[in-house]
Parts: sequence; structure tokens; C-alpha cells
Amino acid sequence: MNLNTWRGPIALVACAVLALGACDKGKKDNGGGGGGSGGSSGSGGAKPPEGGTIVIGHFASMTGPQATFGISTDQAIKLAIEDRNAKGGEKGKKIELVTIDDAGKQSEAVTAVTRLINDHKAVAILGEVASSLSLAGGPVAQKAKVPMISPSSTNPDVTDVGDYIFRVCFLDDFQGWVDAKFAKENLKATKAAIVYDQGQAYSSGLADNFDKAFKELGGSIVTKQAYTGGNLEITPQLQAIKSAGAEVVFLPGYYSDAGTIIRKAREAGITAPFLGGDGWDSEELPKIAGPAINGNYFSNHYLADEDREAVKNFVAKYKAKYGTTADGLAALGYDAALVLFDAMERAPSLSGKDLRDAIAATKDFPGVTGSITLDENRNAMKAAVMVEYKDGKQVMAARIEKK
Amino acid sequence: MSSSLTAGDLLQTTINFLAVGGLYALIALGYTLVYGILRFINFAHSDIVAWGGWIALTVASGFGWLGAGSPAFALPVVLLMTMVICAVMGVTIERLAYRPLRKAPRLNVLITAIGVSLFLQNVGLLKKFFGNRPSTISSLMENKVLATIGGVQLRLFDMMTILLTLILVILLERFVYRTKMGRGMRAVAFDERVASLMGVNVNQVVAVTFALGSALAAAGGILFALRNDLRMTADSSWVLLGLKAFVAAVVGGIGNVRGAAAGAMLIAFVEVFVHRYVIAAFPDKPWVGQLQDIYVFGILILVLLFKPSGLLGKTTVEKV
Repeated sequence: MNLNTWRGPIALVACAVLALGACDKGKKDNGGGGGGSGGSSGSGGAKPPEGGTIVIGHFASMTGPQATFGISTDQAIKLAIEDRNAKGGEKGKKIELVTIDDAGKQSEAVTAVTRLINDHKAVAILGEVASSLSLAGGPVAQKAKVPMISPSSTNPDVTDVGDYIFRVCFLDDFQGWVDAKFAKENLKATKAAIVYDQGQAYSSGLADNFDKAFKELGGSIVTKQAYTGGNLEITPQLQAIKSAGAEVVFLPGYYSDAGTIIRKAREAGITAPFLGGDGWDSEELPKIAGPAINGNYFSNHYLADEDREAVKNFVAKYKAKYGTTADGLAALGYDAALVLFDAMERAPSLSGKDLRDAIAATKDFPGVTGSITLDENRNAMKAAVMVEYKDGKQVMAARIEKK
Repeated sequence: MSSSLTAGDLLQTTINFLAVGGLYALIALGYTLVYGILRFINFAHSDIVAWGGWIALTVASGFGWLGAGSPAFALPVVLLMTMVICAVMGVTIERLAYRPLRKAPRLNVLITAIGVSLFLQNVGLLKKFFGNRPSTISSLMENKVLATIGGVQLRLFDMMTILLTLILVILLERFVYRTKMGRGMRAVAFDERVASLMGVNVNQVVAVTFALGSALAAAGGILFALRNDLRMTADSSWVLLGLKAFVAAVVGGIGNVRGAAAGAMLIAFVEVFVHRYVIAAFPDKPWVGQLQDIYVFGILILVLLFKPSGLLGKTTVEKV
């Protein structure tokens, strides 16, 4: 159901339809509310599961404008679970994955996490990719005291939700700094423009971090423009960027918007290279942007061509199973699952508290995207790579270590 | 920031404003035609627009016309086919969903329209139809530079949108005021019962109205997709597009063909022109740009406050 695509003056009528029809969506939302209060009493996922399998929940955007994020992550998690089950699973039980699609919507993310915990009795939650969706789902897991590991949400606020929320990727203050450093030192730019999605916590947060870091490095931000994801009639913003004379444009949006914006920017006569964050990492980006994608850069967690043993093994395994090259989100999904299995092995039991403590103790875990150590704020610090698009393909432009 | 507001920039802004205005006008006409005849807001109209874009993509890829080397006649053929398909869709929807409720209270039809809208949105998401991922149709035709004036590149898509809108609006105007069927439409708009007593086939007139509105919506959908790529049928961007066109129809005086075109131009003027210069006045304040949609809907409130019948609502007696 997509009732929440209806906004504005007709919202009233839509409400009437909901009330009259008492349709499926209304029921789901009620279920969500009830689940939240049920979880707070501690009965949610705190008990170890009954039966023969251990259930891990995954909430992801399997459909919608960020669909490749969810699909890549889910495929990688399935790969990790298959390997693990072939080696006998955890604590003598097989691991079972339940994935619920949130279609890239916050309201659906809340419902998905609630269902994973209450209906499927998941002992741990993996997800989401998009920060605003992790921020929506996180409080549900926190309340029910079920550990949640976000593979790739980079907004700093995500793990501030509570002590049961972890991530295995770097943060946007680092990512913003990486992009700023690359723009300043590798591209030799001193004047940058920013255009960001005001509706996404990820995008606006990353924009602020880039803004701050680029100024600290001695550059100046000539203009800062906002758009709303999906509403891409943004020629006035692009004209402002063109006339401001930016040498580089920072566009920390998600790939489906970024592709269209880059194409339109080139048509509007903006020749400066675009820089983006890990939200660009999708096979769909070059399809949407067309040839306009070439000569632009984005920061990412890993590159499939990297010359490291762990990367090579993972990329080969992923390709053998799915026939495609694993993107950064797949690599992080794989790492999140491995970190969780490692913690399960060390934890005395699979209760929420024990599992949480075991995850928090993760130190120097050898992941595909680098060595993972969770700090006291439950974040993982790692190096970043800058990726360039050349002839529609991703190639390494630079590797930037921790600050 | 007066340095940024050069003549070239003004020209570029004007082109953008005309193209966006044309786009809104094509869609607004569908709202206004249906309202004029049946006195109800067809909320499923924005979904016809979305389907128009996606059907065009399906047709184009069916012919293998996506990518380099697509023939020059690709776009006109795709456009015509899509307009015909959408016209048939519009007539079918009217026949199945709205006609049985012709004598029922207005609210029933309105809610049915929302039902139809949700139906189209969600059916479009199915893999058998258009799927649930964004796509692009921009490779159907290269967005060529036609001419360069004062550093401003005149692009094919913009020019085509403006020209096509002009042609379609003039054709519609001629149809409504110069043909027998058009006279029938105006008669039904004036008074349905009297018109039917005078021998006007009301069902036929309504069907033609839906066919025309949906065909224009299809054209709008294709032009929008060429500019901004394709989001899934259930994406809020289509609803927003539909709402803006609806606002244009209301601002112009709903039920009035010329009013819809005028309203669309006003909305686009605010969204593109005013927005451009407000941004230029505050280069460091991105929140000014965030108010883009507020300007548009602010105009609606202003017009409704001071001229509730819309800009051209009262000056014309005949409504279509």
C-alpha cells in the first residue's frame, strides 16, 4: 500500500478512506504501536528462541528508490549464513534469515523491525542501509533490547539511539572529511558547491560534515543548495551552482536522485566534477546518468578490485553465486553478518544482553572492508576509498586512511 | 549576487519556466476538463501521467529504441502510441469506475478516484508491469543542443516541450470551440440534463473528455520522464506533480481550459523564476531553496483568498 504517497490537501480524504475501509495499512500500523509497548515490557526478543533454528532479522529496501541497497546487502548476508550453516551453524542450531522489505520508507521500517522481533522472534537485527531508516527502526530494537547492527548507515546519530545499536562502517564526519580532503588535495579545488537532499538525514548530515571539513582545509563553499528526493525539478538550484563558479560539486544524495541530477547538471552546462558519498554505490547509477557519470568521484567503504585477500575471496564467492560484482553495501552486509556470528560464538547465551555485550567487545575482527573494532560508541573506524567512474566503470582514485 | 544574474541566466531561467509550465499545463488540462464536465476531481489523473511515462518506456524498449542509434521518428511514434494507450485507459476507467456512480453523491466518486489511483500505483509496481525500481528513458533521444545564444544552450527537450504544449493546447482549444463534439462538451458542462434532452449523447461526451485528458496526461508523463527520469508508479513524486498541476487548474479557475494553461504558467513562474532569483539573493541559505514547494502552494492560498473562483474563473461563462 502506498497511502503515504498522498500528501497535502487530500490527506484528509485519505484518512477518511482509511477510517472507513479499515484497510490493511491501518491494521499494520496498529500492530506496530502494539508491538512497541509489548517490547518495552521485556518479553520481545529477550528470551532465547525456541525450536531448531536461530532467527536473524533483516529489514531492508528491497523495493523502491534505494532497492539495490537492500538487495545487495541481503544477498551478501545470505551468502554469509550459508557458509556458517555449512560449518554447523551457531550453538548447534542452524541460522535462519527473515528479511522484511521496508520499501525505503520510515513508517515501513518501524513496522518491519517490530514484526521481526515480535512475530519472528529474531535474536538480532541487521539493517538498514539508509540512515533515516536505521534511525526509524533503531528505537524499536533498542526498546525490545534486541541488538541491531547496521551494515552501512553512516549518519552519527544512528548509534546514539541506544546501547543495543551498532554499525560496522565509518561515520559521516569521517566520510565528509575524506571527500573534502580529496577535493582539496587531489582535485586541487578551492571553491566547492554543495547540493543535498533535505529529506534524508544521511545527505544533510554528510553535507554539513563536508562543509566544515572543506573550510578547515582552507577551501570555501560558494553555494549550498537543497532538493527533495524524487522532486528533481531543480534547474534553479543547478543554475545557481553554475553561476557561482564552483570547481567541484558535492552531491551526497542517493543514487537514483544523483544519477538524474548529474545528467541534468551536465546538460545545464556545469562541467565541474561531482563528488558523492557511499549512497552513490549502485549498479543503477551509471544506467540513470548515462555517459554523464564519467569523471565523477565518490567515497566508499571498499572497491571490488582492491588487492586484498579478503576482498578477492569475497568478490569471487559473491560472483559465483549471484553473477554480479559485489558493491560496497554487499561487502558491509557480509561483514555485519560475520561480526554477529563471531559475537554469537563468544556470547554465553543468545539473550539480548549477552549478545549485546559480545558484539560490543568486537576487536580487530578481520572483515572484508577492513579490520573492525567497535569503539565505546559502537562504531567502527576504517579507511575509505575514493572511487572514480571511468567509461561507466568504478576504478580506484585514492585510498584515504583514518584522520 | 547581482553578478550571477546575467542576461544569459535570465534566458535560461525563462526557457526552464516555459518548459515546466508547459508540462504542468498538459496535466492541468486533464483535471480541468473532467471537472468541467462531471464536477469532480479525478485524483487518478496523476497516475495516468505516471503510467504514460512508463508505457512510453515499455514501448520504446519493445522496439529496441533505447540507446544510441535510435531513429529520429522514435519519439513521435512512442508519443502517439502512448497517448492512444492512455486514452483507452482513461475511457476504460471512466466506464468501469466512474460511470456507475454518475448519479451518486460527489464524495463517493472522489473516494473511488483515490481507489483507482492506489490501484494504478500498486499494479504498476508489479514485475509484470513496470517493476519497483526507478528507470530512465532519456536514452530514447539525445538531448541535442539546437543553438547557443549568449552562452545559453537551447536543448531539444526543452524546446520540444514548449512547442508540443503549444500545439496540443491550441488543438484542444479548437476542438472545444470549433467542433460539434466540442459544442456537446460545453453543453454538458453547462447543464448535463438539459444537454441530454437536446439530444447530446452524454456518455459519449464524457468518454471523449476522458480520452482527451488522458492523452494529454500521457504526453505530460513522457515529457516529464525525459526531463527527470522515471520513478516507480507509487512514488510520491508523481503525486506531487499531479498536485501542482491540480493547483494550476484551481488557480486558473477549475473547469476553464485557458485558465488551466494560465494557472500552469503562473505556478511554473513561481516555482522556477521566483525560486531562481530568491536563491540568487540568498546564496548561503539553503533553507530558502527548501521552500520551493511552499511558494507554489502559497500561491494557491493567495488566489483562493482573493479570487476564490480562480484567475479566469469568472470571466468566462461557459465552462468545459
